Amino acid sequence: MADKVLMKGNEALAEAAIMAGCRHYFGYPITPQTEVAAYMSKRMPKVDGVFLQAESEIAAINMVIGVSSTGKRVMTSSSSPGISLKSEGLSYLAGCDLPALVVNVQRGGPGLGGIQPSQSDYFHATRGAGHGDFHMIVLAPNSVQEMVNLTFKGFDLADKYRMTSMLLADGTMGQMMEPVSLDQGVVNTYEKPWALTGTKCERKPNIVNSLLMDPETLERLNFERFERYAQIERDEVMYEEYLMDDAEYCVVAFGVAARVSKNAIDEARNNGIKVGMIRPITLWPFPKAVLNAAADKVKAFISVELSMGQMVEDVELATRCKKPVLLCNRVGGMIPTTKNVLDSINKAVEIGGAE
Amino acid sequence: MQKQILITGFGGQGILFSGKFLAYDGLLKGKELSWLPSYGPEMRGGTANCSVILSDEPVGSPIVLNPDILISMNVPSLDKYENETVVGGQIFYDSSLIDREVTRKDVEVYPIPATQMASDENLPGLANMILIGHVMAKTGLLSLEDADVVLAKMVPAKKAHLIDSNKKALELGFNY
Repeated sequence: MADKVLMKGNEALAEAAIMAGCRHYFGYPITPQTEVAAYMSKRMPKVDGVFLQAESEIAAINMVIGVSSTGKRVMTSSSSPGISLKSEGLSYLAGCDLPALVVNVQRGGPGLGGIQPSQSDYFHATRGAGHGDFHMIVLAPNSVQEMVNLTFKGFDLADKYRMTSMLLADGTMGQMMEPVSLDQGVVNTYEKPWALTGTKCERKPNIVNSLLMDPETLERLNFERFERYAQIERDEVMYEEYLMDDAEYCVVAFGVAARVSKNAIDEARNNGIKVGMIRPITLWPFPKAVLNAAADKVKAFISVELSMGQMVEDVELATRCKKPVLLCNRVGGMIPTTKNVLDSINKAVEIGGAE
Repeated sequence: MQKQILITGFGGQGILFSGKFLAYDGLLKGKELSWLPSYGPEMRGGTANCSVILSDEPVGSPIVLNPDILISMNVPSLDKYENETVVGGQIFYDSSLIDREVTRKDVEVYPIPATQMASDENLPGLANMILIGHVMAKTGLLSLEDADVVLAKMVPAKKAHLIDSNKKALELGFNY
């Protein structure tokens, strides 16, 4: 325990980014992620890094594109309304096959919404982060420790696959303090022969570009990109199971919803209900196989979300609708209570697997 | 063993700092813990709540809805959380700011005129720590010696001159 420190999730992820080798941060303040920018403004100058408060979120994501083109680790962070503004840039990052870490500490929406926690950018992150055919690797931490671990993981996967990793946190994860270990061992580095580092008249110029007027070339690049996505879906799925061995009911939840669900599952178990949880850690790639396998054993699923029901669609798709999927949700900055989740578990038991 | 603590009041009263103080003690004792603030957009004057959970097991939900220990520094928060406190729980409140009594009979109640005491002793802004000192004495969560260690750890060097007044405030509450 001696090596653990007490940090807010926002600060811990910022320190983790620096430890992972990120020396360029561009951002614009917005609650509930402003501590990331505040922390970077203090720390980056001390490690010969760049902290720049951009004039807008759009400017910040375009600065990310610029730095990433040179092969350096780079990140930006924001909260829901600011992430909407970055959407164009996220699509350009994908079109240019550039690695980056983008952090979304979600708040309630739509519109300017509120400043309290939310998970209602699930669709945005996993489906529609911008125009065109592309995915981001979407990582969903449920503790301050995972804010750190998944920041390291996010940079690593981004470099490995030349794409954007999004750390999709909620306001609770950003604002909460927990004991955390920053020690992550060795940081992988990747060769980046595509980067714009100057030819020194020794090689042909590299070009980073997302404008491709020739449809055959553009089609080929899309297919190649999706071959990489298929590999990620095979190799990079992350999830955690809790009390699933004998479970008859399965809660699916991520982030703070998974924390609340754990309490509810413990209480339900005390009442004799065999319920467990599958917690997706990667939201894309979604843990389809483990959910599909669970669908052959459990009677029903309960998707617990801080949204009007977004992940619930992925649970239904993954399980091929073999079993009923109930939704337990609160929105607008409200967080499901243990009782909310317990009520939904009880409802699942009541219908006993029948729609 | 798990203690769910909810500290409530207005922004600017040191609600979050008090919670951080208790959380740091948990950290130094190797406990599992969570510290979660909830506040409005204002720096001062809005509602400020702080959930602290100290536990021997990993903490599930970090949100405290039914506290074992409620620490209240304004009327609206006592109104809101008195009935949410668990049976047999403990309610501490600043009786210079809250002019009503707790009506529950199934909880332990500890009023202390912390704001008045802070003013009398020339400890501006330290009513929160007077309250925490009282919490320490009545709950046994930490001793005054523990508090010294916590303050030395959590107060940054450039604010070290504030440690003595914080200690004095804790002692006042502790011995009340």
